[in-house]
Amino acid sequence: MTAQAFFFYFAAALAVISALGMVLNVRNTVAAAMSLVVTMIALAVVYVVLEAHLVAALQIMVYAGAIVVVFLFVVMLLNLRSDAFSAPRQRLLKAAGGLLALGITASFLALIPTALPAVQELPEGFGGYRAVGLELFTRFVLAFEVSSLLLLAAMVGAVVLAKRRID
Amino acid sequence: MEDLLPAILKTLFIIAIAVGAFAPIITWVERKQSAVMQDRIGANRADIAGITLLGLLHPLADVLKLLTKEDVVPQGANRFLHMLAPLIAAIPVIASFAVIPYGGIYEFGETTINLVVADLDWGILYVFAIASVATYGTVIAGWASNNNWSLLGSLRASAQMISYEVTMGLSIVGLFMAFQTLRLTDMALAQDTTFRLLGFLEHFGLFQALPAWLSWIQLPNWGLFLQPLGFLMFLTCVMAENKRPPFDLPEAESELVAGYFTEYSGMRFGLFYMSEFIEVVVIAALTTALFLGGWAIPFLPQETIIGAITPVFGAGVATGLCMVLHVLTFFSKVIVMIWLQMQIRWTLPRPRYDQVMDLCWKIMLPLSLANIVVTALVILAITGGKP
Repeated sequence: MTAQAFFFYFAAALAVISALGMVLNVRNTVAAAMSLVVTMIALAVVYVVLEAHLVAALQIMVYAGAIVVVFLFVVMLLNLRSDAFSAPRQRLLKAAGGLLALGITASFLALIPTALPAVQELPEGFGGYRAVGLELFTRFVLAFEVSSLLLLAAMVGAVVLAKRRID
Repeated sequence: MEDLLPAILKTLFIIAIAVGAFAPIITWVERKQSAVMQDRIGANRADIAGITLLGLLHPLADVLKLLTKEDVVPQGANRFLHMLAPLIAAIPVIASFAVIPYGGIYEFGETTINLVVADLDWGILYVFAIASVATYGTVIAGWASNNNWSLLGSLRASAQMISYEVTMGLSIVGLFMAFQTLRLTDMALAQDTTFRLLGFLEHFGLFQALPAWLSWIQLPNWGLFLQPLGFLMFLTCVMAENKRPPFDLPEAESELVAGYFTEYSGMRFGLFYMSEFIEVVVIAALTTALFLGGWAIPFLPQETIIGAITPVFGAGVATGLCMVLHVLTFFSKVIVMIWLQMQIRWTLPRPRYDQVMDLCWKIMLPLSLANIVVTALVILAITGGKP
């Protein structure tokens, strides 16, 4: 087994185990959030093995480093317990979650190709910040600008929600 | 696998210097300096058979004390996370040394020596990613202690660290534009040159060619001179990331007892304490590599040094001497940056929490964005839009 294969299988197994840990850790929300962090970091390792270095760095910086910290922040402040929702509502939420998970799994199964594509030689600098940046500002510039508008709208919305009085 | 041995040697070297030598000594420097600034004598009591070595034995005494102390886990705390938190805080800090170059690239005949553990193409992004993981150490420490002071401290820490991470990234985008790279080795190599301070007059046609005496006014091509505002903002942000005074709101002892590590004792407290000091070294090394020319000696490029020594001792010895000189230069600059951080730490009082957040979001963020725009315009004016 090559070093790459070893790191891939190690990170993939870690990602699956910690994802399970997140789902099964219903008692302790902080521990569940920490499992989510481990999943994110394991995914970043998978990206590194796939030569997508920029995506790996962003994965850790944005998801593990910022978004889950904010999750934790909220979890710690609210100190949620399992009885926050009434029993019928919990059943409803569980059923909805199960259906959603089934749907996503089914669509993934449909997307998985039956045969592996032929191995391609990667171009020089593949997955680096230069290659991704060039693509982002030439071919995908419209999508880039639209998503930045979306983020701006979300930011304004957050400010409006958080401010008690707008003068 | 033949790359493995040099990598292990380089790792051992940088860990031995930074974690083994610098970190304990700067705990002593910090005590001595605070004593000087507060007109005291300072740490001078620890002795072995009456020999005090100016108080240099205090780090040793600290470690002995911390190792023999009881490791207390508070009642009702999450035992596993409580034990894990100091490790999450300490390991990423040490891991950031992997991409910091402490010497250049040297050719000894066939073999090439590159004095950095991992010469990543996305080096600086690796540092940011690793630093953002360290946030969890403080957050989890506060939550897992089952103590309100700790929790408040860790909430403050997480908000402060996330906020300053944003500005920290933006403040050095200008530097990426100036050097056109994210690889720390390439950045440092680019700083091993000089530029003429008034060269832009020639560029814009004010002079056909600069008079010779004006051409002599040169500066090293350091990040500090290309991005002075970026340097100030980056230093502020990394110091806020490190949570040392004046940004020690998460552990403000007048408000929160000791903040997120209130409930830690023994070596687990020691890990938090040490990771703070190791981070001081990381910050010093990183700012040196980014802004102070890394290992480069100003006005003496590598070829000049090697060229000057080669006739006397031969190429191999010349390259070796140059390597030693460069490593020494790098660590001298690191010492200067550590000294600067110590000065700031013992000079400034702690601001209020809302003032710290205001500084980040209302002053530094707009300034860093303006810095990026101005840098882009200047580069556009110089290159005329050609890549």
